[in-house]
Amino acid sequence: MQIADTDRPMWRWQGALGVLALPALSLFSALVLSSIFILGSDVVVLTALRNGLSDPGRALFAVGKALADAYGSLFIGIFGDPARISKEVSEFLATGDTQGLTVAFYPFAENFVTATPYIFAGLAVALGFQCGLFNIGAEGQIYVGAAAAAFVGYSLEGLPWIVHAPLTFLAGALAGAFWAGIAGFLKATRGAHEVINTMMLNYVAFNLVHYLLNGPMKRGGASGAIPISRNIVESAYLPTLFPEPIRFHAGFLVALLVAVLVWWFLFKSTLGFEIRSVGANPHAARCAGISIARNFVLAMALSGALAAMAGAGEVMGVNHNLAEGFSPGYGFDSIALAMLGGGHPLGVVLAALLFGTLRNGATKMQSLAAIPIDIVAIVQAFVIMFVAAPIIIRRLYRLKAEVRWQAILTRGWGG
Amino acid sequence: MPPILELDGITKRFPGVLANDHIHLTLEQGEIHALLGENGAGKTTLMNILYGLYHPDEGRIIVRGKPVKIDTPSEAIRLGIGMVHQHFMLIPVFTVTENVMLGEETLTRGIFLDRAAVAARIRDISAQYGLQVDPDAYVKDLSVGAQQRVEILKILYRRADILILDEPTAVLTPQEVEELFKVIRSLVARGVSIIFISHKLKEVMAIADRITVLRDGRVVGTTRPAETSPAALARMMVGREVILTVDKPPARPGDVVLDVNDLHVLDDRQQPRVSGVSFQVRAGEILGIAGVQGNGQTELVEALTGLRPIAQGRVTILGHDTTRATPRHILQHGVAHIPEDRQRDGLVLTFPVADNLVLNTYYLPPFARGIQIDERTVFASATQRVQQFDIRTPSIHTLAANLSGGNQQKVIVAREFTRPIQLLIASQPTRGLDVGSIEYIHQRIVEMRAQGCAVLLVSPELDEILSLSDRIAVMYRGKIMDTLPASQATPEKLGLLMAGVHTEG
Repeated sequence: MQIADTDRPMWRWQGALGVLALPALSLFSALVLSSIFILGSDVVVLTALRNGLSDPGRALFAVGKALADAYGSLFIGIFGDPARISKEVSEFLATGDTQGLTVAFYPFAENFVTATPYIFAGLAVALGFQCGLFNIGAEGQIYVGAAAAAFVGYSLEGLPWIVHAPLTFLAGALAGAFWAGIAGFLKATRGAHEVINTMMLNYVAFNLVHYLLNGPMKRGGASGAIPISRNIVESAYLPTLFPEPIRFHAGFLVALLVAVLVWWFLFKSTLGFEIRSVGANPHAARCAGISIARNFVLAMALSGALAAMAGAGEVMGVNHNLAEGFSPGYGFDSIALAMLGGGHPLGVVLAALLFGTLRNGATKMQSLAAIPIDIVAIVQAFVIMFVAAPIIIRRLYRLKAEVRWQAILTRGWGG
Repeated sequence: MPPILELDGITKRFPGVLANDHIHLTLEQGEIHALLGENGAGKTTLMNILYGLYHPDEGRIIVRGKPVKIDTPSEAIRLGIGMVHQHFMLIPVFTVTENVMLGEETLTRGIFLDRAAVAARIRDISAQYGLQVDPDAYVKDLSVGAQQRVEILKILYRRADILILDEPTAVLTPQEVEELFKVIRSLVARGVSIIFISHKLKEVMAIADRITVLRDGRVVGTTRPAETSPAALARMMVGREVILTVDKPPARPGDVVLDVNDLHVLDDRQQPRVSGVSFQVRAGEILGIAGVQGNGQTELVEALTGLRPIAQGRVTILGHDTTRATPRHILQHGVAHIPEDRQRDGLVLTFPVADNLVLNTYYLPPFARGIQIDERTVFASATQRVQQFDIRTPSIHTLAANLSGGNQQKVIVAREFTRPIQLLIASQPTRGLDVGSIEYIHQRIVEMRAQGCAVLLVSPELDEILSLSDRIAVMYRGKIMDTLPASQATPEKLGLLMAGVHTEG
């Protein structure tokens, strides 16, 4: 027996980095599989293939072109147009004019704008996982958080930015904590399953926002029937960090900071220790004197607060108002995202960047290569499927099994 | 006649471990051959090789004189080798018949399964080997002993005549063990050959024709019960002299630490499981609670540790009323708890050893400063306790799941005994442990007693109760039948009380 002092507890990070191979290979496999759908939705390719026997060269060319167009535009959507970038950079160097530069870098910066709500919502679901809870209600919590942030954002005036912005953000987080806390409370005291309750609370949240936007929060004199709230006061903005039209705002940095805080909370604090104990083995946690009920409520409330930050961030950093359907399903995507990230804050940040990037690139894929946005949804779905069924990827690429995180993630349904 | 089964030079390596090192073993027709060894000695690996679950790196398997290659369990069964695992592989909601035919749905009428024909064969086999099993009963309604007979039936149904029993008595009550031994003897009388895996010396002495002892993956020797003794076997297993009896000075009972008064406890289905139990445990004494498992001991311990609500009665620990206290409050009153199911209740298996060592003290100084856990203190304390309690682990960052059962229990003991405690509630503290670990745990419990700790020991193992306790209370159907001083307790007296028979004088 030897206890090596050099043997630091690296597994926590290794756990996060170790799962990287899996998402990467999942992504690759998903792109390969998605090619079939891209080709299948391309009329030119289909015609060429029909005549393929008589003219195989032409068919092959059509296939190649379709794929190059599709993934090329995905690339441009994600990184921007390389030709344009180099042109604008040299122009900037010659004239010092940043106008063209910002336009060239706009697509790349968009990745981070989209990744921001994903980070918050992904952290929310991951924190739930760590306590053995499945928070399906992130989407509803996003809307509740956004509504609260919008209200505080437009109704308080004359406050300095340093007070108003944090207050607005906090109001959103508190609303989300309350919202998800209901499900946590019901689980802790009545044993009601959180999957059902968070899912149902989603509908309550959607319809609550619908009511608010058509009633109390409706913008005065809004053009006709558009359900939209007043704009928030500028002192409640999350500032943008680059000139127009780049939308990159401070929310991304806040998200990274929150990710570090969540990591510290989960792995370095006594409260996180309790939450992880309850998630990993509630029986042993209870025997050790840890209150399961308390941790269910706490973890659910924190999870809701994190999800709501995604909504508050969108209101304060991007939209500056509350509108119906402002979230294209960040909360639902984040469930898969948190799994992809292995339930670990670092993994969540990386997975959120991937999801943000894919969603952002997809827009260009649609406009440049005329590929339906559904195909991008298909790519995402494949990534998630391969992650959810890791054994396929492991078999395919002969990876060694990594049991640790799986154990935690699959506990969620145990109830 | 050649042996029915021969293992010749079987070697199996796992990364970093030589699990089996040139093992040689023969099994004669109609023989009960016991394979004895501590946890981790390589018994299970060897049997998994024989059953086609692992492949040996070297060596030959010879069945009925012919060298064979066993790649899958079905291949093993075809060769007449069947295995009863420690954890049963039965489907609770199926009947015995359905479980037996599962995987072998060959008897059919058209496209329908011919359950009646299978049931008839089961009755035949039952009668032939004296295995009492009702083919139409649902497995979930059967006792553990009966479920084990279903497992044996499954094997006989597939016409196997070499039976591997992996720790078959671990889950049985003493009575069920006796029944199992009867079944084994009748099987052998009809020509079945049996490999009996165990780490319990007495059982092996009672049932085996020959005994092969494994240690660290090697055969230490093969002997016969008549030529050896439990002490000699223990020495072979552990590799050193083992003290089978616990040496303890006379008790010097002090003040009452635990006072239980007319305790009533209900189980999850609101059925009374503890009905009017009263007793006291004093500082410096060990009160043993004997009884066949399932007579309310589990609920009693859960009630005392705050895990289960108390329906009626009063529990006082060191003068504090803890009848309604939470588990944390009870722990803070100086109570240590060794739960009966260490993997379920004692440890978080996916946490490293260091975290498990602070599972109930993580929030207290010096392990926490405010809400921040002081990892350096946690690690330093873990390193120190791993050495002090001789926990065999590659590192304090190894997950608890990767330790052997004995070392897992040592983690719990190290966690509980290094807190300032005045009452130890130990529930089956040596369940499933090997001789060396049992000796260790027993010594530690006696040490706590010497330091003035009150000890409540709950165990269905009479040997354990008799060797440790100063006083013995016997539980039967939720009541305490009688409490005897250890000096007056004999296995016979206790056995009668455990069966609910009251004796006078």
